[in-house]
This record gives sequence, C-alpha cells and structure tokens, in this order.
Amino acid sequence: MERFAALIDALVYTRSRNGKLALIAQYLRETPDPDRGWALAALTDGLDFPAVKAGTVRALMETRVDEVLWTLSRDYVGDTAETASLLWPEPPNEQAPPPSVSEVVALLHHATRATAPTLLAGLLDRLDANGRYALLKLATGAMRIGISARLAKVAFAQAFDVSVDEVEEYWHGQAAPYLPLFDWAAGKAEPPRTDLLPLFRPFMLAHPLEDGADVSLADYAAEWKWDGIRVQLVHVNGESRVYSRSGDDISGSFPEIAAALQIPAVLDGELLVRGDHQGGAEGGAASFNALQQRLGRKAPSARMLADYPAFVRLYDVLIDGGEDVRDQAWEQRRARLEALVPRLDPLRFDLSQVIDAADMDALAQIRSLARDAAIEGVMLKRRTSPYVAGRRTGLWYKWKRDPLLVDCVLMYAQRGSGKRSSFHSDFTFGCWDGDPDAGAELLPVGKAYFGFTDTELKWLDSWVRQHTIARFGPVRETDKSLVFEVAFDSVHASRRHKSGVAMRFPRISRIRADKPAHEADRLATLKAMIADPAPVGGKT
Amino acid sequence: MAGDFAWIRPEPHGIHVVPADAWIDPARPVERALVTHGHADHARGGHGHVFATPETLAIMGLRYGGAARETPVAYGERIALQGGVFATFVPAGHVLGSAQILLEHGGERVVVTGDYKRLSDPTCAPFQPVACDIFITEATFGLPVFRHPPIAEEIARLTGALAANPTRCVAVGAYALGKAQRLIAELRAAGYTAPIFLHGAMERMCRLYADYGIDLGDLRLVADAPKGALEGQIVIAPPSALNDRWSRRLPEPITAMASGWMRVRQRARQRNVELPLVISDHADWDELTATIAEVNPHETWITHGREEALLRWCQLNQRRARALALVGYEDEDD
Repeated sequence: MERFAALIDALVYTRSRNGKLALIAQYLRETPDPDRGWALAALTDGLDFPAVKAGTVRALMETRVDEVLWTLSRDYVGDTAETASLLWPEPPNEQAPPPSVSEVVALLHHATRATAPTLLAGLLDRLDANGRYALLKLATGAMRIGISARLAKVAFAQAFDVSVDEVEEYWHGQAAPYLPLFDWAAGKAEPPRTDLLPLFRPFMLAHPLEDGADVSLADYAAEWKWDGIRVQLVHVNGESRVYSRSGDDISGSFPEIAAALQIPAVLDGELLVRGDHQGGAEGGAASFNALQQRLGRKAPSARMLADYPAFVRLYDVLIDGGEDVRDQAWEQRRARLEALVPRLDPLRFDLSQVIDAADMDALAQIRSLARDAAIEGVMLKRRTSPYVAGRRTGLWYKWKRDPLLVDCVLMYAQRGSGKRSSFHSDFTFGCWDGDPDAGAELLPVGKAYFGFTDTELKWLDSWVRQHTIARFGPVRETDKSLVFEVAFDSVHASRRHKSGVAMRFPRISRIRADKPAHEADRLATLKAMIADPAPVGGKT
Repeated sequence: MAGDFAWIRPEPHGIHVVPADAWIDPARPVERALVTHGHADHARGGHGHVFATPETLAIMGLRYGGAARETPVAYGERIALQGGVFATFVPAGHVLGSAQILLEHGGERVVVTGDYKRLSDPTCAPFQPVACDIFITEATFGLPVFRHPPIAEEIARLTGALAANPTRCVAVGAYALGKAQRLIAELRAAGYTAPIFLHGAMERMCRLYADYGIDLGDLRLVADAPKGALEGQIVIAPPSALNDRWSRRLPEPITAMASGWMRVRQRARQRNVELPLVISDHADWDELTATIAEVNPHETWITHGREEALLRWCQLNQRRARALALVGYEDEDD
C-alpha cells in the first residue's frame, strides 16, 4: 500500500501528462501481481465496493473525532477522504505492518455495511496519512486525480513496450487484476481472446487535410463529417454496447441505440439527435447543442428520450457477422455496410452518404455551400485503406468547414499551468451588447487558450501585465483595449451564459492590436451566426 | 482574579494596553507600539515609538528604515511602561527575534504570543511557556488537520527530489523572513553543503541573520549564476516569484513550497506546487492545544487564524475562551 500511496501522492502533484505516464509506467513495472492490477483498476475508477461509500467514512470519523471539529475541517479541506486521512488519530499501540493493495481489496470485497466501519478502522490504524488517503480514495472509488482510462492504457503500453492499440483491444475483455494482460505484455502468454465478448475496438482516426495535399477523388471517397459524437456499436452473443471515442461504455446513456442493434456486428458511426423537435424536417440531425442535452446523462428520462431521440449515422463496419473485416479495403467494407444497413431499424440507423463530386474543386464548392448545422466538414477516405487504429498518414483526412470569425475584446486573462504557468495564456473575451459609443457594455462570449504562437504568447503576457486594472488570484482583468479575431466552428444559443451564446472550439486567430476596441463586433453579429436550427437530411 | 482586565482591550486594529496608551502589533501607525516580531502583518512602519527585541528592530529597520524612537528590549528584561504596566519579552520560537509579550498590571498577567511554534528551530530562541491569567494565542493552523511532520522528513524529501533530478533545479517558495533562513539552516544541519541560490529579495535578510551569528553557509544569487550553474541546485525565492516571470531563468524547476498550508493537497495544487514541503513557523494543532494546556491560563483569547475550531477544543476541555476579531493578519505564505 505504501508504494501505491506514494504513486497517488506523486500523481496529485504532477501536472504534465508525460510525467504522469512515467510515474504509472514505473509503478507497473516495479510492482508485483496482483497489486499492480488492482492499483490500475483503482486509478481508472474500475473498482467498486458497494459496502464502502463516502457516508461510511463520515460515520466512522464521527465515532473518533468531535462532530464540530470534523465539520470545520471538512469544510476547509474540501474532500472527505483527505480530511479523514489527516484527522485519523494515530493508534497508541504497535500495529501490524501496512496492508498490501491486494489485502485491502480482498477485505473490502467481503465487507458488508455492518462490517465495513470496523474493517476500515483496522486498515486506517496500520497506515500513515498518505496511506490513509490512498486507502480511502481506493475504497470509496473516487480517485478524481485526473487519470483517464486512456492515460492508464498508454502508461501500460509504455511500461512494457507494447502497442497501445493492442492494449486498448485486449483490455476491454479483462477484469481486475488483469493477470492475462500483464502476462501477455511480459511475453509470457498469448493475447487474451476478444472475439466472443462485446468489446471496444480502437477507432480509426483522420489527419487534418493540409493545404496543397496531394489528394484526388480517384483515390479517395468523400463523405460528410457529422457534428455529433463518434461512437462504436457492438453486438455479439446477444449483448449490445455503445462506446464513445475514448472507449467508455455509454450504452446506459443511449439505451434506445443499444436496444435497436440486433445483428452481430461492430459498426462505426456518428451519434446524432433528430432535429424535428426544433422545427426541422423529419429525419434530420439537429445541431450539436441538441445532442448536448443527452450527453452526460447516465439514465435519461422517458421525456429526454422522446424530446431528443438519438440515432446513428453509420460510417464503417469493423466486424460483420463475426467476421473481422478490418483488413479489407474501405471499398469492400463500404459495400458490406450498404448491404447491412437495410437489416437495421431505420428509426435508429442510417447510412452516411458518400458525396458525389467530380473533383476536389467541385468538392470544395459543395463543402462551402453546406449550411447544415450538423455538418462539420468533409472526410476523405482512401478507397484502398484498411481499418487501422489511430491516425495513419495518407489514409483518412478530415477537411473541416472554414471557421467563422468575429472580432472580440480581451477582458480577462488567467495564468496557465505546466509550461505556461508563468504566462497569462487563458483569455476571456467579449462582444459589445449594443453601441459602445452609446454606453454599451462588453459581455464575455468565450474563452480560448490556443491559436497563438509562443512569440505571440510572450507578447500577450506582457501586454496583459501592462494593462491590468484588477486582479483576482490568478486572473487579471485588463483595460479592455485589445481586439482578437476569434475563429470558431459554430455558435449556439445558451441559457448558461449571460451573453446568451456559446461558441464551439473558439481560438485566437489573429491579434488585432491595430483595431480600436469600440470597432469590435457586437453581440447581435454573433447571434446572427447561430447555426440554423433547421436541419437538412443526409443528402447533399 | 483581581479585576476585569478592562486595561487590556482587543480592538480591530490591534491589542490596546489602555493605561500605557500602547498597542501590540497595531495594523496602523500609532504613538507607542510593542511589536512581537518582524513579519509585515505584525510589524508595520510609521509608529512613533517602537518597543521590540533588538533583532526585530533590526529587521524593521531593514524594511521600513527605522522608527522615530526605538527601545530595544532583551529577552527576559522587564520594562516599565506608563500607567503601572510592565512588559517582558519572552522567546516565541517563531523567527529570529520573535517574542511573546507578558504584560503585568495591578497583579494581573496577560501574555500575547504573537506567532509561535514549539518545534526546534536553529535560527531562533525556543518558545518559553509563561504562567498567566489571560493567554492570547494565535491560531493560524487552528484546525486538527494541521499536523506538521518532523522537519528532517521534509528536508529529506527536498534533497531526495534534487538527487532524483540531476538536470533540474528545485525552486522552493519560502517566506523571505524566517522560513528561508530556517530552511537553509536545516539543510546545513542535514549535511547539505553545496551553494544555495537565492532570489534577490532574500539576500539582505539572510545577511542580517548571519550578522546575528546564524551560519547559513555558501549563499549565492540566482542573478549572478552563470547559465547551467543551477542544474541540480536548490533555489529559494518568495512564493510569488515561482509562478511568475522570474522563474523562467531556472532550468526546468521543480516547484516546491515550504509552508504549513502544504498539508492540504488542494492548497498545494492551486499554487502549482509539485513538491509540497510541510514546514511551518507556526504552531500546528497539537502544539496549540498542548501549549494552552501547559500554560494553563484562566482564560484563552484566540486570534488571527481559524479561531472556531480552537474555541471548540477549549469548550470540550472546559477551558474559558473567546475569539478576538482582529483584522489584518493573514499569513497566507507561511
């Protein structure tokens, strides 16, 4: 447990991704089975002990510490596990040595609500403050130390010098403490079998299309790039799953999709919400904003399901009737997909159409004319390309629509973190809510922290320092005299923001030091760019 | 008890010793000030007549250029103020020259601790408990979550991080008065003899400590260090410099901070600290409660800090106590 506690402690204070990866990789190499597997599960929130919850810890603490002192401490520290780890009274007598992670897991697995407090108390007595913190975080299943499942997998791949795509693929069939996975990584065993389980397969991704890239429609097929969330649908042995881009199982959030998939297959597509509730035509896709109503809801209500019905626009097929077709050319897979779609529920699935264009110039024109709010741009897929994990040069390209532009005034700047910790690199900007010469005010419309070069960042940092009028901790309010040309993909109505608008992917496109602030754009200009909620279908 | 202690009055801007017409650590300029120690939230400029230990007067001189009139008071010396009030300065163990002030009037004894700690500190005289009727204690770390570990453990973590990262430097944020010198002295005591590099704001105070006989070893300025000389070295700077432009000259610094607040993870993360060192010049919860029990006053008054929890502890232990609402004391960087 001490080694695990030291890892948790180090991860809490390490901000860089590479630093975190190195720490986890080192731990995985140096720690024996099964401790490292349990630790990995704990890091990725893969452990759950139903008998131990935050309430268990609170109740236990109230038997040891005065209630008022507990409450004052908890309020100050802001985290139950940490407060408890600091307040736990050191036992007066000699204790057994600290438990191993496996011992802790075994004990907690067998805990009941009745036995959990005593059990936990016994473990806390054997640990120091750091150990107690790690124990309580592990026991209550709320690590929240910024380690995503993906990061843990990359660290695993780094630790044993194996491919992260393979780790991703084999991981999903495994349960903690992942012994077959460690054996495979160490070269001691064959990879675990994955074909009979509803597993996630790593997505194929695209590079942005650079200007002047040598791409011809003779070699590449063009498709719309839809602005929803990329999903993978899996059906095997009577079980269905919906996976997100990161490989998270989101079947619970989209039960109508999981239920509708009834043929054995692994499909790649874009999850969208039908736009007809917004007044659009039947069958159309609403803007990303409509989809956002559904995201993050673990168990959507019947009302949500009816108001924001989801469907999947299919891009590709990875496994067709049990046959892995990822090695086949895109053209062959596309033919299989087209043959397969008629067997699916048309309410929940449709086919992403291939765009018919004579050449790249014609495609550019079609792309520029696309006004559908649910279209983000076009995809170019090499007709001979297999379905391979990750981004491979020359196979798939994404060609986004030209961004929208608006001139905004810098209002607040915040210091960044990591390498940027001494620089003001997070910028909040606003537009005028009327005529600035007639007393209009600036209202914040967005925040951006990229789009500028390192040289520009230095310039911006010193500009902010010279034009500060107020400071709130790491945030400085500026004198509102600098104009940014802000690029963004789309803008939506939002009740959460005072300005009433929310931008997607805003970034600083140009610093307009030459432009007077009162000539920056007004809110009305931005509102006029709100994506047309009336959707179009999947055809061009 | 003889009287009602009306002669000592906690006001928002300091403690007023009425018959002597004097104030203890006043937050604004007054005619007569008794100053416990040199930190800026206790020692301010602009007073008419300052009574303090010679070390504190020297520190104030460095910062404010000296008061119109100064009376140095040695530890243990009992001086007569106006109105039949006597004051004695007793070591508080907080920083060089820091004192508790014992006030006597008409047979009644009041101790104002200023800031104090009980752990050993090679840079100042240790705290001495003094019997009194009213004990006015600080409560900066007056929550039971604050337990400062032995300093040797924290020093070992600092030198360990240095050894593990030979091409980086460890930049430690530390208060320029007291914390920085204690950190250096403890590093020296642990056998660390390499030069230690300072932010310019630290230099004069370190020299003042050396003048008072505290050996801090080989100290150099970051500004004078040739490129590459800081790799694998310890740099000490005021906390505010660490996340600011000044730190850009350092080779991939590991940001450390020496402070009692580092006990709480979120506090460390908020300040972008990678290596939190729980080193404080204030009493932790156990020291505060043990000191109240040891001094065993008739009544405890609690000031600047988290008064509520200490008040609760006094209540639970059947001790008379009250919280004072003094303003202007906030030692965020400790």
